[in-house]
Amino acid sequence: MSAAARRAFVPNWWARAAWVAFALYVLYAASQLEFTPARFLAGIEHGAKFVARLFPPDLSRLALLAKGMAESLQIAVLASVLGVLISAPLALAAARNLMPAWATWPARAVMVLCRSFHPVIVAILFVKAVGFGALAGILALTVASVGFLGKLMTEAIEEISLKQVEAVRATGAPFASLVTYAVLPQVFSRLVGFVSYETDANLRNSTMVGIVGAGGIGGTLFAAFQRFDYDFVCTIVLTIIALIMAGEVLTVRVKRVFRA
Amino acid sequence: MSTAPGLAAVEREWRRFTPAERLARFAVYLGIVAAIVASLQSIEIIPEFLYDAPEQIGDMLRRMWPVAWDHYPEGVHAALLDSLHIATLGTLAAVVMAVPVAFLAARNVTPVPWLNYLAKLILVSSRSVNTLIWALFFVAVFGPGALAGTMAIAFHSIGFTGKLLGEALEESNRGTIEALEATGAPRFAVLLKGYWPQVKPAFWAIVLFRWDINVRESAVLGLVGAGGVGMALDTALNLFQWDRVAMVLLAIFAVVVAAEVVVTGIRRRVL
Repeated sequence: MSAAARRAFVPNWWARAAWVAFALYVLYAASQLEFTPARFLAGIEHGAKFVARLFPPDLSRLALLAKGMAESLQIAVLASVLGVLISAPLALAAARNLMPAWATWPARAVMVLCRSFHPVIVAILFVKAVGFGALAGILALTVASVGFLGKLMTEAIEEISLKQVEAVRATGAPFASLVTYAVLPQVFSRLVGFVSYETDANLRNSTMVGIVGAGGIGGTLFAAFQRFDYDFVCTIVLTIIALIMAGEVLTVRVKRVFRA
Repeated sequence: MSTAPGLAAVEREWRRFTPAERLARFAVYLGIVAAIVASLQSIEIIPEFLYDAPEQIGDMLRRMWPVAWDHYPEGVHAALLDSLHIATLGTLAAVVMAVPVAFLAARNVTPVPWLNYLAKLILVSSRSVNTLIWALFFVAVFGPGALAGTMAIAFHSIGFTGKLLGEALEESNRGTIEALEATGAPRFAVLLKGYWPQVKPAFWAIVLFRWDINVRESAVLGLVGAGGVGMALDTALNLFQWDRVAMVLLAIFAVVVAAEVVVTGIRRRVL
């Protein structure tokens, strides 16, 4: 045995070289983006003034806030529902253990396409297609939900035990019964988990699509930023955080109900 | 009809869930239906816009073709590289900030409840504020440009990275840690040789996953003036140059696919 092999912690020269290369890249990238300590310090100074202007939160426009938040909630709810309604049959079609290849490939392609663009970019395209307003937001978040839920549901369906599927099939049951009695019971509690995760994600994103004109609180927030109404910005952001935290607590509870 | 007392249990109708469970499920279904009905009743949708949609989409696609390929070298390439730099540096900054918070959030590493709660509060706040909203904040602080974008990516990623890393730390095996502590190893040595080797695979998986997400996010930061390829997209959109929009979208698509391929490759080789 050589001396090096007996050492407790052998140095990994490749890893060290990779770290040095990464450090050099970071310096290069920082210089490309023109990061300088001076800018950073100036920013910190600005930041102190900015934070001072956030407080106290402006509570005089609560009606506007409530209207925007309600629209965000509606976008999140309807996008999640549409997302589930579209992605469930799509996931069934994409599951390789239940469907032939001619059905799985198109279904998978749709999902990949839905996931490839950021919801905001999809929202821009829908604003062009259906005009400003909540509908564009709903459609954009539906597309995102289909991509995400479809992928997870497909994976869940592909992991089920085929014994129950065969047992139901042996009774001569039609395909609909096969899905209801052999597939759904095996994946249901995982589906609840995915759907509640996606609803949380939609809630977060529904506060943002308004920035490109697709409805919800984001439009109000963007307008407040542009008018330097930072105290109103503070109110909006605190409300968003509260809403999302409440949403997370609620989905944890819902998941607990279905854990049986 | 009389039955033997022992058979009473057999003849009882079998139900999968207790009444309390069924009631809870019913309440959830009722809540979902109520939410849908309430949303449908009050949402403001203009039907004329919906009828018009196919025509508008056709119009958009016609204007997008032919794609303005010649726009790439002067208008897109540099901005696209900026986006990648923003994603990488943002992820790096996020990891640097998230690691201490993750240690505070892990109950086995920091057995102080109020510190755990504080760390969890930091993580939830970071995640709740969307990247674009963080970007609006940092544009107000640092002015428009890539610095704001990098900070936005970093601050939004703290929540995700810190949460998953904290959970990985909580799942690490006590045995190794106790063995090291029994030798009288200092706290830092326990962290480096006890916890780090155990969470290392999870750590790299989390970092790669987050980088992949950040590449996507960095493409839209420019819409609020926070640098990267989104700026090129915003300019083209504002001028209704749909052929250039198509070029930018194709470039973003290519980078997103490339990032996914890179991440998959590294994951297969290293993890």
